[in-house]
Amino acid sequence: MNTISTEAVQGRPAAGLGAGTSPMGTERSRLLGNLGAWGLLSLGGIIMLVPFLWMVLMSFKSLDEVYTFPPQILPNQFLFSNYAEVWDQVPVARFFSNSATVAISATLGVLLTSSLGGYSFARIDYPGRNTIFLLYLSTMMIPFAVIMIPLFVQMRMLGWINSLYALIVPGLFSAWGTFLMRQFMMGIPKELEEAAEIDGCGHFRIYSTIIMPLCKPVLATLAIFTFMGFWNDFLWPLIVISSRDLKTLPLGLAGFQQKVALNTPWHLVMALAVVSVLPILLIFIIGQKYYVRGIVTSGLKGAA
Amino acid sequence: MAASAPAFPQGPVASRGGMTGRRRRNLIAGYAFLIPNLLGVLAFSLFPIATTIYLTFHEWNLSDTPVFNGLQNFVLMAGDSLFWKTLGNTFYYTFVAVPVAVFLAFWLALLLDRKMRGVLSFRVIYFLPHVTLTVAASIIWAWIFQAEFGLINWALSKINVDGPYWLTDSRWAMISIIIMSNWKGIGYAMLIFLAGLQGIPAELLDAATVDGANGWRRLRHVKVPLLTPTIFFILTTSFIGAFQAFDQFMIMTNGGPAFATTPLVLYIYRNGFAYFKMGYATSMAAILFLCILAITLFQWSVARRWVYGFDMDN
Repeated sequence: MNTISTEAVQGRPAAGLGAGTSPMGTERSRLLGNLGAWGLLSLGGIIMLVPFLWMVLMSFKSLDEVYTFPPQILPNQFLFSNYAEVWDQVPVARFFSNSATVAISATLGVLLTSSLGGYSFARIDYPGRNTIFLLYLSTMMIPFAVIMIPLFVQMRMLGWINSLYALIVPGLFSAWGTFLMRQFMMGIPKELEEAAEIDGCGHFRIYSTIIMPLCKPVLATLAIFTFMGFWNDFLWPLIVISSRDLKTLPLGLAGFQQKVALNTPWHLVMALAVVSVLPILLIFIIGQKYYVRGIVTSGLKGAA
Repeated sequence: MAASAPAFPQGPVASRGGMTGRRRRNLIAGYAFLIPNLLGVLAFSLFPIATTIYLTFHEWNLSDTPVFNGLQNFVLMAGDSLFWKTLGNTFYYTFVAVPVAVFLAFWLALLLDRKMRGVLSFRVIYFLPHVTLTVAASIIWAWIFQAEFGLINWALSKINVDGPYWLTDSRWAMISIIIMSNWKGIGYAMLIFLAGLQGIPAELLDAATVDGANGWRRLRHVKVPLLTPTIFFILTTSFIGAFQAFDQFMIMTNGGPAFATTPLVLYIYRNGFAYFKMGYATSMAAILFLCILAITLFQWSVARRWVYGFDMDN
């Protein structure tokens, strides 16, 4: 990135000859600019936050308060009982544990297979390696929507329809994760492991005692991405899961909203929405640094 | 296999003795590390690809044996007005939602690139919708767009505007979904732009200032050219994503009214899992893939005309 940036401007004639504005003038215009930016950002920020706020407020209202016009902003009293009522109507704990089981097992699986595969691609020389790597890159280009039907057929052949295996097992492997791990491991200096190799360490020792500890940041990034992807996924569970006790949160939430088409208990739907959104927002806020880093590296890798 | 030897010229193999033993160990270790991963990737991506090719030439209702029907699936598609309608919806959604999101995200990133109080909190706020479940976000917005009790029509009534029936009016349903999708997606593009902006060396901007460039000129002649690779990346990935959008359509309108918001993916889903036309649905998925591929290739082919440094890198 940096090299590109430097070259870009060296090749560009200077924009003009005019003298710069006086320091005082720039300082004042900077402050004015900040004030304007602040105003615009606050306005946009409200638009970003209002849906969340509205979801939370609705989850505490009574059904009558939901169906009023003009909308009543605050509930007359905060009905925490709505949450208990959702619990009675749908197996929230089951949804939750299904989501957690799928997301956690897939994340652990991806961390293991991707780091092993990444190590193989980045740090071992052997015939056929580059060809296989190209194969990986090409599978990354196939969109999920395109292979969802064959994948369903495959799950059916394996007898995994309406089973959490269909959600977990295909998720244990990630070409993208392998790619990410490879890119990171390529950047670790060779000398580190050469010393270990002289001491007689095999590849597995080098992988587990030298390389993996250095990979903590990228492992964290991969973990957060994978977890969130599985937690939020809707289409694939919709295809392979039908029985209520196996539903994940997004599926349970969608089913709850659609089950009672006419008189939807919106206050309860919102309570369930809060339950499904809260954990993922918490994880994001805790792991923000790694998440953002992952987006930024994948963005720049693709761009440069 | 010998042909791939030049692929690893820099390896430490040649620098030490005991080559053959070492080489063999590497070969064994290399594949041992890769095998679990490789088997998984092969099983869950190559197998479906092969199945796709097979199914496009067959008619199959999931229970009987598949029947070979040549190109009949594609002939059927050509005459299926709903296929064209939903494909059109996908294009409409993609080519409106993505450019608007990229444009807004760009200005947002510029605002968030300033050094000022509170800017970090703003970044988190704008990013929150991106990490929210699409299903939950769609449910919230379905209520916000609700015609009689929703927030938007209430806000409009304050300025004496009679708001439309957003999600049940075929003129407004797609627009409503685009608004929701951009609310959700803008933070992602913003973050990538922000990373790009912060990658621009400060000396360059300082130099431009010294040369008398005002804010607009710094933007036009320094930032925008240097950000073209970022814009290119966001456009390519967003188009691919938008072509596959599904959740918000299913939840907010269920494709209605009168197919006005059924994208091709939802139509494929229905054909596969409601009508059990597996061959037909797969054939449409193949067309979806070709559309995505064509658009991506087109973007790559015109990239060298506007993306800075595109030739150097590729």
